[in-house]
Amino acid sequence: MLSLIVFLPIIAGLVILAVPSSQKQIIRIVSLLAALAQGVLAVLIWRGYDPSLPGITAGPGGSPLGSFQFVEKIPWISLQLGGFGSLNIEYFLGVDGISVTMVILTALVSAIGVLSSWTIQKQVKGYFILYNLLATAMMGCFVALDFFLFYVFWELMLLPMYFLIGIWGGPNREYAAIKFFLYTLFGSVFMLLVMIGLYFSVIDPVTGNHTFSLVAMANQANYIKGAILGPDNVMWRYVAFSVLFVGFAIKVPMFPFHTWLPDAHVEAPTPISVILAGVLLKLGTYGMMRINFPLFPEVFHASLYVIGIFGAINIIYGAFCALAQQDLKKMVAYSSISHMGYVLLGLAAGNSEGMVGALYQMFNHGTITAMLFLLVGVIYDRAHTRQIDKFGGLASYMPVYAAFVTVAWFASLGLPGLSGFISEALVFVGAFSSVTTRYIAMVSVLGIVFGAAYLLWSLQRMFLGQRKPDAAYDLVVGDDGHEHIHFHDWKGKIDLDGRELVMLVPLVVITIFLGIYPMPVLGMLTTSINKLVQVLSPLAMR
Amino acid sequence: MFELPSGAEIQSIIASLSASVGFFIPEIYLSVLFMLLIVVDLVAKGRKNNLLAVTTLLGLAGSIFFIYQQHFLPAKELFFGMYVLDEFGIFFKYFFVLAGMLAVIITMADEQFESEVKSMGEYYALIIAMVIGMIMMASSADLMMIFLSMELVSFSAFILTGYFKRDPRSSEAALKYLVYGAVSSGLMVYGFSLIYGLTGQTNLINISSELSQHGYDPLLMILATLLILAGFGYKIGAVPFHFWAPDVYEGAPTPITAYLSVASKAAGFALLMRFFYIAVPHGGPSYEDILGINWVSLLILLSISSMIYGNVVALWQKNVKRLLAYSSIAHAGYLLLGIIVMDAFGTQSTLFYLLSYFLMNFGAFYVVILIANKTGSENLEDYRGLGKKMPLAGAALTVFLISLVGLPPTIGFIGKLMIFSALLAKGSLYIWLSLIGIMTSVISLYYYMLIPLNMYLRESPQSEEKNMNPGMVAQIIMAVLMFLTLYFGLFFQPLSDFAKYSSAMFGLRLY
Repeated sequence: MLSLIVFLPIIAGLVILAVPSSQKQIIRIVSLLAALAQGVLAVLIWRGYDPSLPGITAGPGGSPLGSFQFVEKIPWISLQLGGFGSLNIEYFLGVDGISVTMVILTALVSAIGVLSSWTIQKQVKGYFILYNLLATAMMGCFVALDFFLFYVFWELMLLPMYFLIGIWGGPNREYAAIKFFLYTLFGSVFMLLVMIGLYFSVIDPVTGNHTFSLVAMANQANYIKGAILGPDNVMWRYVAFSVLFVGFAIKVPMFPFHTWLPDAHVEAPTPISVILAGVLLKLGTYGMMRINFPLFPEVFHASLYVIGIFGAINIIYGAFCALAQQDLKKMVAYSSISHMGYVLLGLAAGNSEGMVGALYQMFNHGTITAMLFLLVGVIYDRAHTRQIDKFGGLASYMPVYAAFVTVAWFASLGLPGLSGFISEALVFVGAFSSVTTRYIAMVSVLGIVFGAAYLLWSLQRMFLGQRKPDAAYDLVVGDDGHEHIHFHDWKGKIDLDGRELVMLVPLVVITIFLGIYPMPVLGMLTTSINKLVQVLSPLAMR
Repeated sequence: MFELPSGAEIQSIIASLSASVGFFIPEIYLSVLFMLLIVVDLVAKGRKNNLLAVTTLLGLAGSIFFIYQQHFLPAKELFFGMYVLDEFGIFFKYFFVLAGMLAVIITMADEQFESEVKSMGEYYALIIAMVIGMIMMASSADLMMIFLSMELVSFSAFILTGYFKRDPRSSEAALKYLVYGAVSSGLMVYGFSLIYGLTGQTNLINISSELSQHGYDPLLMILATLLILAGFGYKIGAVPFHFWAPDVYEGAPTPITAYLSVASKAAGFALLMRFFYIAVPHGGPSYEDILGINWVSLLILLSISSMIYGNVVALWQKNVKRLLAYSSIAHAGYLLLGIIVMDAFGTQSTLFYLLSYFLMNFGAFYVVILIANKTGSENLEDYRGLGKKMPLAGAALTVFLISLVGLPPTIGFIGKLMIFSALLAKGSLYIWLSLIGIMTSVISLYYYMLIPLNMYLRESPQSEEKNMNPGMVAQIIMAVLMFLTLYFGLFFQPLSDFAKYSSAMFGLRLY
């Protein structure tokens, strides 16, 4: 099941390889079918998932696989190494509450990304092959339970992303693409060293061999005393934790490693922005929850304060930057940085409320930001500009669009009744109840105020009032005597067309539904989060 | 005055020689092939048909059979300890023969030979001579033999580098190669003479036992190793013995560049490992060094400077062959890391890395030739827009470059993984070395990606539709190399097991 959901896109990619590049429609449809099939599988996984099993790690005495579900475990490579024993790598997939949430999010966002890619006209074949490769890599990261496998998928994301930004991006795409590539590679090569170090430090309790299994690594009893990352090697454990943290923080992105994100977003085509904000950023925080924290719980506890402070900086700094932006997409990009700060804050709280809030915020941020970028893409397609002050009074000419924007913007600023509110509230509940992060949380609340400020301000400038003299569109008086909006060289429907509605409506429905009744998602992840908190708690370390 | 040997002694010498011959068949076979090629050239009268190339290719393929036979022979010293047959040597025999075959295949694809060269007569024979020389380098067990085989390789390489007689770049490259080669082998021989002065022996094993029995002056020893390293460092192209590399790589015919960058480097590494692992003592109680400096510290120095220099200077290159030259300097640094750890795991990972380097570097050079055939240029700027015109070549080159960076799922990633694992298996001793390795490989991403950047992200200035199809055979070879690079990146077990099997020298499993 999990193999299928991971490799479906790549199979579609191989099919596309055989299709002549002139058959653009077939290529698109094959990709869409793969994405829809992925969606169906995600629903099946969601229905078949038993929320009472925690996952995270194999407890003492339990099954060696832990209580992961849909597990697939096949020996992949078993090398004899000179003088050392053997190197064992497994093809090990499985989900628990943390990853199943992300799997559903990934399936959803990839499908919407395919729809959003319909307007790509340049080198359609190459585009969809890379897109499908990316989709496979993302999904693979979320279900891999072997560190080696995770790393392969993690690195596999970089190349397609580089080309997707670099070939189909905006004017400054070369710079943005290589910046993205270098930043993320910089983070991940250190992860490679930590991975090797961990391998030498961990013994699989069942086989007695060294192992890459994250399930075994998450249990501190499996570490060898005296090994490089063994329990007594405090200094290297701190170093390894920091290195991993930076690697994941670059992906989040956390201040001060965030500068690639605005560039990448501004240059990337709309669907890639959607994927980037909707899924890729979550991989950073997912990596922290799956690898960084449970493998080094004592270091995690020692650095709660630091993580919290960086979270607060992200929230406030991101909001300030967003406030200063003229480019709508850049504003949304900075708002992403700000909102990922809440995730970091929730993680830093270290308790169930905070962690649940963090994971839920990851899900909600995925859906909401996907929506935001889609909406930015809609106006950019029509007006070929994203400068906020080139618009004005759009609400009267594009009412449906304005309505969707309003919902998305309000969801983003955390209006009660929409999903963003619940996760942010949970994060703050968690952060306030933890002694470490209490004061950080108080400062971070300011972020909500600034968040409201930039969102409402941009809403007002673009949609309310009158057309500005230098606006990116003209007003013409139509046959019916009303004023209509006219974009230069835009032949399509002025307001949202059918394809755009198909992309946006499900996201809006999810946002509203999960704002009113969050249990379908929360119910799925709480058991795992409780277990994670227990694994991370200082008591469990002994 | 020498006394003439008695009849009985001559009898025993002959008996010993003829006993050794049975262990020397691939080398004899290749020497016969060398002579055969000269005869075939006379028959073909230097005509530019593929007769010579095919003969060479088939001949080399035939030698694989004889090499395979050697697996069943016991590891043994031959010819009075001049030469050795062991798993380590067999590994390199396969390596050089396969590299020779690929060089021939690449030559057949290279259209530059059509315009530059009148006769291909000596060319293939010299390639065979180089293969023989390298095989003997990897199997030498004696200082004399090491020097002779190295010179055999060098002289063939000098001629081949200058094979485009009318191209001033090619001649310049050959001259530079020659001058640097002469200086470094001079230094190396001086180092050998110091070793001989210390021990009175030329056989590697005898040197080792002599040194450990009678001790030695550490200052003299470090001087000797330094001088010898000049010779080996020249062969592997490590900083600071790399100065020839960029010019030679740029000027030489591209198949020769590819062959030198892979096989000559590998031969240098084979020698380096055999000499330092066997001859020069290390680690044991009799071991002495001066001011904490020993040959391992020298190698560490070479490795660090190669990784940093190669990767950083490559950033500014505008010519793809030159860029790959600096990248090959950097890769010498990574390969040295595997030797520095000095254990069986390290040897295994070095051998594996050589295999991975073989695939990805030959692949990269092959595509560079195909592109040069069509565009007539090796400049980065002329790669603009090629991704669209030559889709398979573009994709293949991207895969090879990604592999050179060391990203999964390619064989280059596994190579780096094994090297760094070998370093980290030593605990925290070499963490800082692996950090340098990792940091420099991030730098390398930038310049390697310049090529896909030009191929895919930039549009070609002239848009006329030329036929850019490199031909069916070339496409297949490219696809096979690309497939292998990816396949062994995911299922690397057979190669790694073979590398482990081959890490035995003189029939000994080291450490």
